[in-house]
Parts: sequence; structure tokens; C-alpha cells
Amino acid sequence: MSSLNNFDREETMKRILLSLGLIATLLSTFACERKGGPGAGGQTGPIVVGYYGDLTGRTSNFGQSTKRGVEMAADEINKAGGINGRQITILSEDDEGRPEKAATVVTKLINQDRVVALLGEVASGNTLAAAPKAQAANVPMISPSSTNPAVTQVGDYISRVCFIDPFQGDVMAKFAANTLKAKKAAIMLDFNSPYSRGLTEFFEASFKKLGGEIVDKQSYTQGDRDYKGQLTAIRSKNPDVIYVPGYYGEVGVIAKQAKQLDIKAPLLGGDGWDSTQLWDLGGDSLNGDYISNHYSVDDPSPAIQKFVADYKARNGEVPDALAALGYDAMKVLADAIKRAGTTEGPQLKDAINATKDFVGVTGTISLDKDRNAVKPAVVLKLQNRKYIYQETIYPEGMTPPSGAPTAPSPATSTASPAAASPSPTAKSAASPASSPAKAASPASSPAKAASPAASTKPASTPN
Amino acid sequence: MPTFKRVLSTIAIILALYLVNAFMSKEGLFGFGFGAYPTDVLMTLTINIILAVSLNLITGFTGQFSIGHAGFMAIGAYASAYLVVYHAQFWERDLAAVVGFTTAHALIFMIAIAFGSLVAAFAGLLVGIPSLRLRGDYLAIVTLGFAEIIRIVILNIDKVGGATGFSVPSYSNFIWVGGFAIISIVIVYNIVHSDIGRALVSIREDELAAEAMGINTTRYKVLAFVISSALAGLAGVLFGHYRSFLSTNDFQFIRSFEIIIMIVLGGMGSLTGAVLGAVVITIMPELLRQLPGDFSRYRLVVYSAMLIVIILTRPQGILGTREFSLSWLKRARKRPEGDQVVGGTGGVSIAEQGPPSAIDRKKEEENR
Amino acid sequence: MDTFVQQLINGLTVGAIYALIALGYTMVYGILRLINFAHGDIYMVGAFVGYFLAFQLGFATGPSLLGLSVVLVASMIAAALVGMAIERFAYRPLRKYARMTTLIAAIGVSLLIENLFVARLGAAPRAFPQLLSEKSYTLFGNAAISKSQILIFAVSVALMLLLQWVIFKTKVGTAMRAVSFNLNSAKLMGINTDFIISFTFALGSALAAAGGVLTAQYNPQIDPLMGILTGLKAFVAAVLGGIGNIPGAVLGGLLIGIAETFVVGYGQNVGIPSTFRDAVAFAILILVLLVRPSGLLGSTVQEKV
Repeated sequence: MSSLNNFDREETMKRILLSLGLIATLLSTFACERKGGPGAGGQTGPIVVGYYGDLTGRTSNFGQSTKRGVEMAADEINKAGGINGRQITILSEDDEGRPEKAATVVTKLINQDRVVALLGEVASGNTLAAAPKAQAANVPMISPSSTNPAVTQVGDYISRVCFIDPFQGDVMAKFAANTLKAKKAAIMLDFNSPYSRGLTEFFEASFKKLGGEIVDKQSYTQGDRDYKGQLTAIRSKNPDVIYVPGYYGEVGVIAKQAKQLDIKAPLLGGDGWDSTQLWDLGGDSLNGDYISNHYSVDDPSPAIQKFVADYKARNGEVPDALAALGYDAMKVLADAIKRAGTTEGPQLKDAINATKDFVGVTGTISLDKDRNAVKPAVVLKLQNRKYIYQETIYPEGMTPPSGAPTAPSPATSTASPAAASPSPTAKSAASPASSPAKAASPASSPAKAASPAASTKPASTPN
Repeated sequence: MPTFKRVLSTIAIILALYLVNAFMSKEGLFGFGFGAYPTDVLMTLTINIILAVSLNLITGFTGQFSIGHAGFMAIGAYASAYLVVYHAQFWERDLAAVVGFTTAHALIFMIAIAFGSLVAAFAGLLVGIPSLRLRGDYLAIVTLGFAEIIRIVILNIDKVGGATGFSVPSYSNFIWVGGFAIISIVIVYNIVHSDIGRALVSIREDELAAEAMGINTTRYKVLAFVISSALAGLAGVLFGHYRSFLSTNDFQFIRSFEIIIMIVLGGMGSLTGAVLGAVVITIMPELLRQLPGDFSRYRLVVYSAMLIVIILTRPQGILGTREFSLSWLKRARKRPEGDQVVGGTGGVSIAEQGPPSAIDRKKEEENR
Repeated sequence: MDTFVQQLINGLTVGAIYALIALGYTMVYGILRLINFAHGDIYMVGAFVGYFLAFQLGFATGPSLLGLSVVLVASMIAAALVGMAIERFAYRPLRKYARMTTLIAAIGVSLLIENLFVARLGAAPRAFPQLLSEKSYTLFGNAAISKSQILIFAVSVALMLLLQWVIFKTKVGTAMRAVSFNLNSAKLMGINTDFIISFTFALGSALAAAGGVLTAQYNPQIDPLMGILTGLKAFVAAVLGGIGNIPGAVLGGLLIGIAETFVVGYGQNVGIPSTFRDAVAFAILILVLLVRPSGLLGSTVQEKV
């Protein structure tokens, strides 16, 4: 250590600062570049769209599936000549399923790659981290499948092509209460996921309103190895159903461990279950469980079947809901660009938000004033590695289109939303109104109100 | 240094900071500037310098092995984020009406920094007092445990975002970060070269002897720990308001490990070593990113391998306990080998001998 | 009551795994006074070796006890080799330096293993094939124990008994104890300390790998980073029991497992959300170190002034 007399102190101090300066200068020479050039958002040349998602992390199935859907849509559009003659280029970034990474890669896409719009993310937690960056930079972002209401509340540049959790939680609550006739439910939620917590809140509110009782609520963390502690506690309360609104990685194991504990009640879940890995982890213990989802692969409508066939030919497997939503998101974006006639932020944003009656594979997409899509949900039963269509549940005030698919489903009573609770948003304290029913025209309601009282037909046949 | 020289150098430093900051901004300076990526690396590097230097004070100079530094960084970051998001940003609005936006912005940030550092210092006090009784490995484990508990507790607090993360307003720019890096270096330097510093080093060399000489080892250890934590909190505040997004994933123990690696690599008894270590550890993964094509995926593997190689070939770090000085380059002869120290109380398993680094000899005594 | 028993069973299951890993930590610390940070990753390596072997050898198609046994033994052997290699190339050269240096090397090795697996296999979790046909046996009332839980208990107990036998009834074991007492004296007595140290690493790694395979059966989701937190908690278990103390490691592991499960299962009633599960181990650690640093079964070493 240097001696302590003053001269040496000064000298060493100077040297430290000198070396810092040297380092800084050295680094600067490598880092300099020309700045202030025109942005890449010009009106000619390829349209650069940014995609971000979990490509390698815990929920990589989500990111990969959605990416495949997006890319397939982009390719189709490009083959048909692009948008106004311009080809689409997709730049994708991996956020490893972590919110801080999502924020970072979105910043990079915006600042460095100057994308005109962003597609992503799946998990609401990650979208919530990235959305403020897009909003602040006036870059439109469309989320294919984030369902937490808070996502679009970030600002008017953020929109989505899927339904939101107040609706999704309500759907499952209705299915549980009306179709499965459950009176007592327990909830096992992923504590750190806004998606899971949101769904829990909405399910709980709806279920209670339908006369049900929540007998226990337990939580876990992504990455936990053992759920028996929570499951045992739940088991002791004897629920009729257990709502597990989490992601496939944990849910698969939860199902397995629930069966080991001899739990007979069926598990209910949301779109976060949708992944092939779910079956690898849970195997047969998943049989007899149900989820709410965005679309059913068995939907006989020609448009969907064509999509399924094309995707299968291209990727070798059947598309899950996330791929379908990714596909739709890209198509909606392309449609908006065409309508706007430009890729400039503000105009593009307006065009996206004005999307009405866009026919996608996951349904007809119209963005309401909160920039959420008003769409029905399907309830699927898990059996032998397949998802079997049960019923479709429509948001309040939405008329099921005529000629809507019929599907073989066990005789269950209608679970039409109009008959049941008023807008689920009435209960959710956290989020301001984002009711899926906003688009309802008064004429349709009385007609709907009549049907559920009368019908005991399988839900899938409207009219 | 005569006052004239002192004032001149201060002005020069401030100018340099402004210059770099201008380069970092979007428009650059006269059309030139740093891209977004080098800017990020430079900012991260400077923050890492603060972390390395602060850890060096407690681990390198006082010999107390703490691997919980990320915890204090987290406390600083989240405390200041909380203050800003829930209170200070409103003060700023009111203040701006009076003194104008820039001044208000700067003042509020100063308040946030002060708050974050103070809370971190307080946490350091709470953690330090019970823990510093322990030695060596045990202190290391306890600090690790505390850091993890801190992280998990923060993770469970919804008001600061929980697992979703916390969006905070952006305040940091290179003027702040660089300025505070220099200030931290000066602070630690001055401490080390003062009476307090001598006490700290004596504690590192031989705590029992120091105690026997009348030095209140506990007081000094806690003091170093608190200052160290305060600086870590400072780094946390700067970090949080630079990323403008906080997630507990950024404060896992892997980060504490990173900082330890920085100072070990640079040489634990050396201030310049800490800085050098920070530079190497920050830059290495980025340089490796340039590896062609698929190899870039393996960059972290190469990084870890390089770490192992470096520690195997030069365990005392690059600078050992010496500071950077130009005369080192002229030095042809090696320093004489230290004494052979063997044994200790029963149960010691490794006969210690080797390069004359103070850290090594001390570890003899450790045996619980 | 049956819920309590169930939670106890759950806790002991988790604890048994911690115990297996903790044994490795405690043995290495006893001999070298080194916290082998890479040990948790050996647990992960064991699970992955088992995963690949199961597919390669064709056991993944259906449950088979033979498949399970082969996979278990094979991954234990593989992990033992890895452990010995780490000791030989990363720790042995640093033996004459400060412990902190070896600690850094351990951290480096841990990072290396993790990053290697992530780079090669991706961070996404994979599903370990089911090698044991699942079945649940009711004990009484609602308390049930599953086949994989029984497996974990059976194998852990067997391995621990085996370890006891090795350490107390064989020459190698006596040598191990001698080395942990005083390395230099052991050398003077003619013991090949290098070999003994390698052997210790091999034993510890094999146990950790067994833990890995057993866990993978119980919770099939494996990923390259699964060893980090589990390893840390197992280390806490070793400290809790008294680091360097073998029965202590087992006791510590079981206690941590039970504590965790109980906090998760009952914590809600006292306002502790189950997400504090990971904090439990660390809280226990801090408590132990502040109150009784030598651990529950450890002995206090007098310090010569």
C-alpha cells in the first residue's frame, strides 16, 4: 500500500484519475458513431416490425409459438405482394421470459432498430414492463395474448387482439358454477404473475356472485419444485373444483402432484395452460381438467381449418391458441398499416385502434374504446393429450354469429353470459372499466335475455 | 495539491463528464456520439465501479468477506424508487414551477440519492451489527442469507411492483453516474489513507492483535460496513433510475458474486484493482458477444472459463495489493516471498503459503 | 390431523433431497474447509444425465423399475466423475492459497456448468420421463403417500446408511475422518490425502446426483438452473446441522424441508404468504448463525489466541 505522506497521496490519486481517463478515452474511440441521422421509419423500403417474446426461458413455448404464428402471417402477406408494395421484415428479440429483459429488448428495438410497431408479449407481466417504453416512444404495440387489463391501460399506443381477464375469469366461473355445478372452489395461483393474480380476482368475484364459495386460496412461485404443501391444505377444505390460473410449466406438475395426493376435484385453468409441454409434465393426471382458451383447433369453420392445415404443413404441428393469436396480431397490424397508408406512429396507432370486424382465425376482432378485443372464449376439456371442445361463452351483449360452428359436446346447459352476472368489471377494484360488453347494441340484449332462461340445449348452437 | 491545481482538475473532470454525457445523448455532439449499446455498457461499467470500490472497502481493506452487496444495492434502488414514484415526483412538479425544470429535476434526484443511500446505510447497520461477530465463511454465508431475504421481501411488496417490476422515472445520466463514481473513489481513497484506514487494515491483517492494541474492532468493522452499504445503495439508486425499470431479478446473488469477482480479479487490497476488475468483468461478456455466429451463445461459458483460468493462474488478482503506478512497469525484480505460515489451531486442513498478499496469511486463523 | 401428517410426509420428502445434497457440502467442508458452490449444479447435472440416459437407453417409453435403477446408478457414477474432475482441475491447484480464492473458483465452476447447459440445451425446462408408475397409498384419513415419495425415502435412507458404513466401517472412511481432523497429520501418517479428497468429492457428488434423479421423478420439470436455489438451501441445511457434521447434514436437511412445507401449508393462517418459502431457509440460517454458529450438532472449536 502506498505510504501515507501527502505527496504520494496526491500522486496516486492523480494516477487513479488518469487511468480512469485513459480507460474512458480508449472506450470512446471504439464507441463513437455518427448520430442524428434520419430514422428508419421512412416511407419506402421494408416495413420493420419488432417481435419480442420468451424464446429460451421458462415459458419459451409461448414465445416460440407466437413467433411462428407471426412469421407465417408475415410470409403470407409478403407473398401476396406485401403492404402497398412494401415487404414486411420481422425482427425478433428474446426476453427470456423476464420483465426487465422485456423492457430492455423493446428499448433496443425502438431506439436502435427503429421498428414501426411492436408485437408482443404473451405473459402480461412482461408486456407490462415493456409497454411504457413503447408508449413513451409513440410506437404502437399490439399484444397477441396478454390478457391482464392493466396492459392496455398503459396508454393509447398499446392494444391487444385477445380478450381480457375480467372476461376470462368470468368464463371459467360460469362454467364451473353452471355446467359443472360446483359450489365450492379453491384457487391455486402463481403469486408473481399479474396474469394469474388478475384471473384469480375475476374468477373469485364471478364465482361468488353465482352463489359459489371460495374455500381456500393458495399461492406458489414459478420454479417451485413442490406443491404438496399447498395442495394438502386445499384438499382438507374439500373443494368441488380447483382453479389453477397459472402457466403450463408449473400447472403440469401441480396436476401430477394433486393426483398423487388423491385429489379428485377437476382442475380448471386459463389460456396459460396451452402448450404441448403441459402434457409432458402432467401426463394422464390432466385428464378431466378444463381450460378457457381463445380458439379450438377442432373448429370446423373453413378459415380455421385452412389455417390449421397451413400451419401444420409449415411447422409440423398443430397450432395452439398462441400461434393463432400471433397470426391474427400480425394480420391486424398489416391491415391497419394499409388503412393508415403510412407507418408513422400516431396515424398507425389510430388505424389500429379503429379496427372493426376484422375476421381473424381466433374470431372477429373489434377493438373497443379501451383497445381490447371483444371476443368469445371457448371451454376445452383435457383428455388424452387433446383439447376437446365443450362450449363457447360469449361476452355480454355479443350476438353469436349465425352459422357459428356446432361441435359435439356433452349435454350441458347454456352458459350464456347475458343471463348471468352483470359486467364483471363492477367487482374488480383494481382496474377501471374494461367491459367486453361495451359494444353491445340495445336491440340484442332482450333477445339474449330470453334464450338462456328457456334453453337447455348444448351451448354451442346459438340461435 | 495547491488550490489552483485542485480547482482546475475539478473543472476538468466536470467538463469531461458533460462531454461524455453529450456523446451519449440522442443527438450527440456535432453529429457524433455513442450508440445506444456502448452507452449502456459505459453506464453499467461506471455503476459497477461504484459497487466494486464500495465492496473493496469492507472486503478488500477490512478483510470482512461479504457476499450480500446486491441486497444493499436493491434497498437503495427500491427505497429511492418508492420515494420518487409516490412522493418526490409530485414535489418535483411543484418545485419546477418555482425554480424551473432542470433545477427541480436535479434537486429531486439529489434527494432520492440521499434517501436511497441512507436507507441502505441503515440496513447495513442492522445487518452488520449482528453479523460482523462472525468470521470468514460464516460471515459470507450470513450476508448471502440477508441479501436473499431482502430480495424476497421486496419481491412480496406489491407497492413496489412485486414480481411484475416497477417502472420508475428516469433521472440518471453520465454526469450523475460518472460524478458519483469519482466521488466514491475519492471517499474510499480518503478513508483508506486515514487513521480509520489503518485501523481497518490492521483488522484485516490480524484482528486479535488489533483488538489487543486497543482498536475497537467491532466499531470499525461496522463503520466500514455501513459506508460500504451506503455506497452500494447509491449505486442502486443510479442503476434504478437509469434502467427506469426495477425487478428483483437484477439483484439476485449472482450479482453479489459478480462484484466479488471484480475485486478479486483486480486485487482485493487495491483501489485501482477494484476499478480494473470492474472494467474487465463488465467488458468481457460484451467483447465475447462479438464472437462469430453461433459461438456468441457460448459467450457466458467462455466468460466463466476465463474466470476460472484467471483465478488459477493469478489468484492474487491483477494488482494484488498494489495500486496502479507507472513505476510498476519499470520494476524488474519481484517482491520477496512472504513467510511460510503453517498450522494454527486444530482442524486446519490447508497449509497456507504463497504470494505475499495479506489476505492469504490471515485466513490461517479462520477456523470454526 | 391427517393434514398435519400429510404435510409432515411432504416436508420429509423435500427434506430428504436437501439432506442428500447437504451431505456433499458437509463432507467437502469437513475436509477442505471449502464451500463448494458448484455442488448444487452437480445435483442438476445428475438430473440431466438421468434425463438423457433415460431417452438413450429407451427407458422413456414406459415406467420400469429396471430403467429407474439403471438411470439412478449411472447418473451417480457420472456425477462422481464430474465432481472428481472439478476437484482435480479447479480446486487442487488452489489448495495453497486463501480459501476465498478457492471460493471464487467454485463460483466460477458453478457458472461454467450452468452456462454450458443453458448454451447447449436452452434454459427452457424439460419434462423428465416417468420411470415409476404412479400410485398413491392412503395411510389414514386423507393422508396419502405416493410411490415416488416412498422411493425418495427408501433410496435416501439406503444411501445414507451406505455412507455411514463407508465412513465408520471402512479404511477409506477412517482415512476421510482423519483428513478432516488434520490434513497435515493425516499426510504424516501415510494417508494419500489427494486420493481421499477426490474420493470425498466423488461420494458427495454421487449423493447429489441421486437427489437430482429422485427429484426429477417427483417433479418432472428440470432446467439447467434448478440447482442454484436448491443447492443454496441444502447448504443452509448443512450449516444448520453443523457444517462438517454428517448426521447434522441429514438432520438439517429434514428440518429445512419440514420448515419450508409447514410455512407454505400453514403460513397463511399467521399471515405469511407461501411465497416466502425460499426465505424460510435463509431466515433459519441467520438465526442459527447468530445464536449457535456451530449448528445443532456441531462442536465449537476453541480459538487459540
